Amino acid sequence: MSNKQQPETIEKAAPWLPPKQSVRITINGTQHQLELEPWISVLDMLREHLQLTGTKKGCDHGQCGACTVLLDGKRINSCLTLAVMHDGSSVTTIEGVANGEELHPVQQAFIDHDAFQCGYCTSGQICSAIGLINEGKAKTPDDIRDLMSGNICRCGAYTNIFKVVQEALERSKAQ
Amino acid sequence: MTMKTDYIGKPTNRVDGRLKVTGQAKYAAEFDSPGLTYGFVVSSRIAKGKIKSIDTTEALQLDGVLQVFTHENRPQTAWFDKSYQDEDSPPGSPFRPLYSDEIQFSQQPIALVVADTFEAARYGATLVNVTYEDAPFSTDFEGNREKAYTPEKYKSQPPPDARGDMAAAFASAAMQISEEYTHTSEHHNPMEMHASTAIWEEDGTLTIYDKTQSVQNSQKYIDQIFGLKPKDARVRSPFVGGAFGSGLRPQYQLFLTVMAALELKRPVRVMLTRQQMFSFGHRPATIQKLQLGASKEGKLEAVRHEAFGETSRFEDYAENVVVWQNVLYQCDNVAFDYKLIGLDVYTPLDMRAPGGSTGQFALESAMDELAAASGINPVALRLKNYTEKDQNEDAPFTSKELRECYRQGAEKFGWEKRNPEPRSMKEGHQLIGWGMASGAWEASQQQASAKALLTVDGKLTVSSATADIGTGTYTVMTQLAAETLGLQLEDVSFKLGDSALPDAPLEGGSWTVSSVGSAVTLVCDAIGKRLLKLARKVKDTPFATAGYDEVIFSEGHMRLRSDPSKALAVTRIMRSAEINYLEEEVTSKPAEKQKKYAPYAHSAVFVEVRVDEDFGTIKVTRVVSAIAGGRIINTKTAESQILGGVVWGIGMALEEESLMDTTYGRFMNHNLAEYHVPVNADIHSIDVIFVEEHDEIVNPIGAKGLGEIGIAGVAGAIANAVYHATGKRVRNLPITLDKVM
Amino acid sequence: MRSFTYTRAGDVAEAVNEVAGNEEARFIAGGTNLLDLMKIDVMHPRHIVDITRLALSTVEDTPEGGLRLGALVTNADTAYHEQVETRYPLLSHAILAGATAQLRNKATDGGNLLQRTRCYYFYDKATPCNKREPGSGCAAITGFNRIHAILGESEHCIATHPSDMCVALAALGAVVHVTGPNGERGIPFAEFHRLPGDTPEQDTNLNQDEIITSIELPAQGFADHYAYVKVRDRASYAFALVSVAAGLLLEDGVVKEARIALGGVAHKPWRKPEAEALLHGQPATAENFRKVAEAYLEGAKGYGHNTFKIELAKRAIVRALQQATENKA
Repeated sequence: MSNKQQPETIEKAAPWLPPKQSVRITINGTQHQLELEPWISVLDMLREHLQLTGTKKGCDHGQCGACTVLLDGKRINSCLTLAVMHDGSSVTTIEGVANGEELHPVQQAFIDHDAFQCGYCTSGQICSAIGLINEGKAKTPDDIRDLMSGNICRCGAYTNIFKVVQEALERSKAQ
Repeated sequence: MTMKTDYIGKPTNRVDGRLKVTGQAKYAAEFDSPGLTYGFVVSSRIAKGKIKSIDTTEALQLDGVLQVFTHENRPQTAWFDKSYQDEDSPPGSPFRPLYSDEIQFSQQPIALVVADTFEAARYGATLVNVTYEDAPFSTDFEGNREKAYTPEKYKSQPPPDARGDMAAAFASAAMQISEEYTHTSEHHNPMEMHASTAIWEEDGTLTIYDKTQSVQNSQKYIDQIFGLKPKDARVRSPFVGGAFGSGLRPQYQLFLTVMAALELKRPVRVMLTRQQMFSFGHRPATIQKLQLGASKEGKLEAVRHEAFGETSRFEDYAENVVVWQNVLYQCDNVAFDYKLIGLDVYTPLDMRAPGGSTGQFALESAMDELAAASGINPVALRLKNYTEKDQNEDAPFTSKELRECYRQGAEKFGWEKRNPEPRSMKEGHQLIGWGMASGAWEASQQQASAKALLTVDGKLTVSSATADIGTGTYTVMTQLAAETLGLQLEDVSFKLGDSALPDAPLEGGSWTVSSVGSAVTLVCDAIGKRLLKLARKVKDTPFATAGYDEVIFSEGHMRLRSDPSKALAVTRIMRSAEINYLEEEVTSKPAEKQKKYAPYAHSAVFVEVRVDEDFGTIKVTRVVSAIAGGRIINTKTAESQILGGVVWGIGMALEEESLMDTTYGRFMNHNLAEYHVPVNADIHSIDVIFVEEHDEIVNPIGAKGLGEIGIAGVAGAIANAVYHATGKRVRNLPITLDKVM
Repeated sequence: MRSFTYTRAGDVAEAVNEVAGNEEARFIAGGTNLLDLMKIDVMHPRHIVDITRLALSTVEDTPEGGLRLGALVTNADTAYHEQVETRYPLLSHAILAGATAQLRNKATDGGNLLQRTRCYYFYDKATPCNKREPGSGCAAITGFNRIHAILGESEHCIATHPSDMCVALAALGAVVHVTGPNGERGIPFAEFHRLPGDTPEQDTNLNQDEIITSIELPAQGFADHYAYVKVRDRASYAFALVSVAAGLLLEDGVVKEARIALGGVAHKPWRKPEAEALLHGQPATAENFRKVAEAYLEGAKGYGHNTFKIELAKRAIVRALQQATENKA
């Protein structure tokens, strides 16, 4: 599909808003049909248009990982991609990780190991940990630390986050 | 009921944990309201001068932009700068946003673009055309050393008075250490960027969700400035995404949000960008000069600790940098000084263990230099100079188990195996070094109030206008209340972060558990006393003649201390009296007896580093932090506080550095890619030991607070370990690889 | 971020047609750097062409025995691709040394080549920068230049190229395949990125209306003796102060061929074939490695904060060559 505009004709006039486009996107299993301006990031779509504020904005530049979600199963920074680019995609956010009232084992382990303090990076850490486990590339303790390094925790809960991921990997291996 | 209700000292999961791991905990920028608008801040390009012109025409032409606020069209606000002062203001004249055309620091907010959408506001901000009239400025800290001054009034305490004859004692000392230690400015950078959301309620009042460490400080601030009454504007902050001091003062996004909401009569949200997080408050750079004179055996005979600290041109920010020898090491000939260097920057702001983490880096480095020079084990040197009183106050400690910290920390670490020789341990390309340091932080108690409401169904709600910035306030207060009245955690809820709740001090200074915790315990006791009165009237009561100190509460029952099987269920007591609820509110204050004592938490930190011999890259492979922090209410959240403090210490020692370009008067690495804080891969083994410490004096609950003590000695211990690994003494933080290779 | 129009291209020809003749049009794929820069108004395209649906996401063998990486293959998929892991482990390691798992899952191979510098001044519109605003001056030369170039820089710009992947691609001698209005062409990797000279605003020799379609790896992957050494300010999630990609062909301890590329030191991944040649026919010893390192850094210039990089780069070269020698697979 191409809807080529003639930007130069608009350019001369007063500042303009980008025209809205339709986006069909599945969030946590629910399909949404949205009309969005193309400059809206996946993060801002979630937080400001769908009130899914569990996904956090910590820098808006891919430098902290607080906005990590699973896009078609893979962990990404939702601040650095446009919602309109993901027409037809499926996103899992922290709100979609638990099975109803039953927490995902990684969520429960975050509580049990006190792997957070202020809680602001936590959604991203949990999505990232789940992504890491799905990827299956972490073989050693140093791999875990490196592959969790895309999620900054300013409160400094890293040793506990490490324990959560290490245990989860052992669990998934045992299964 | 068979559930145990003793929670104090247990590793209790956070009561707000489920909300946080499911994304349901809501932070300041996450409250919605129909018709919500978004503000985006335009920041000054220059560090000093005037706004010559500010043209908002183009921005206003953009669809969706509702208004652009500048100094030219801002609504009338308070005139006197006094109205802009808050509970944490240093002496001086506080910054007043959009007040005039004057620019006082780079990235000063100069306009707020408000639009229907965040994106339109952000675009609109690029369409505001500003011209400036530059004025000469200086942001060169080292370069202005000659202009350092003694402030008329210190924000914290003035430097301690000299005692004895430092100069003479130093001159005649067998061992002399005289060195200068420095570090750059640092920024708090909590994960949540500062934000406020102001929402119009149906009754015409405002509810403001603010990122703050004190909702009441924020409320008073806007009341003073906008002429509001407390009932007009309620400030809430149920969750705070980290702060570390950045939320101690109301930041300018609060002013801008409230201004826009009042003016537009619409709900408004303003969230700063990460770059703008470098536009207010930072840990000030310091230059510190340490002189230690000692006998050959390492007994201190003279200590001089002098510091220069950075401040702004408009406020005299100062912190307790030079006081620490007084509580750590005995010495009779001492002198102190602390001067300020005024720069064209925003006023510095308390950042985790302000003054302590920096002052102790210098002091503990110098002690290590003395240990190395005199061939004495660093732990033995500290024990030799151990002080049993705060020499400045001439007061004994409320408790001090620092000796035990040294002993247990050293044992856990394996310190006795340390070869004192630098560069004596090596594995492949890695030089291994072991270093240690002491730490101390004041354990103060502030006045605080709390309210408790016990209903006949046995549910207890306790509240106070304090904050939980990740410290565990919700959990710890719930534990204290539940144990005091013998209720299950599930039956107790603690409310905070609402300016309408009973008064609480700023959430900072490591005093929340001691202050608010004391109020919570006291108010629960007040309920308990009411229950006892009622219980005496219950038919066949075992409590007819019992005094309050003769009863205990556990498992939902009031019991006789002497025979806990003699009990009445709390719910039964209330039902018998036909009472639906009991309500009490109390204010707790520090006791008179505390004044004669010096209250401090202490630590001993042991560190192993591995330094690449070619590259100078440093990895902190092991840390043992032994803490004497009084009574530990929740071993799980307490450990997290210390773990976090250690991670902060690692960041401070090795990574954190706000790069001030003095040509532009601007911090240049204003993002999280170039302002380095530790990542997961930087952090390895950290062991936390809580040394048993009973303290009946420090406050009614005997807890000393743990928010700052965890970082206190860490940077010094790391610098000392780097010396031990490499033989190189780095005296300026952060110890980046170029200083080591 | 300024407003822009957005369109999604269905094939390469359409994509090229969308940007042809429109200086303000840009492609977007991973978006990890473009959106970062658009949010702070350093880049402000008015038309964005989404190329993520183009059929450029495969990894294929080439008839010459090499491997062709589609431009839209993500960095993560490349690094973990079985053929890359076994035949080009140097590339795999370099990619995994960069960014984070999240960024690598989104960033594409083509986009990695087009990353902009991390220079503080490029990122801050309040300061002069010839790359961002030609003619405004370079604030880094006299400012904070700890992360800046020591080789190949000019009086107009001392920025570095931030990629790790590109350092490995330079060492491997990859070819970048591009398509423009006038058809396809292949650009040898050494000619893809530019030195700043007096046009620092141009990072590469890719024309504005050309699209990268693939990156071709030659048959020789140096899989037996390779190393990627990255020196940075923290253990992960940091750009290189200095990095070295090294590949060796060894026979009985003697170097038959050496490939060395440096990252973090210049406006482009830095190669110096005449210095590499010093090793040819020589035994793989620390002493010889140091000689090559000295030759590699000949002419390097420090600007104060970054002067340490000259010695650091030498040591990193030696370390990388040592590791490459030892890591016989």
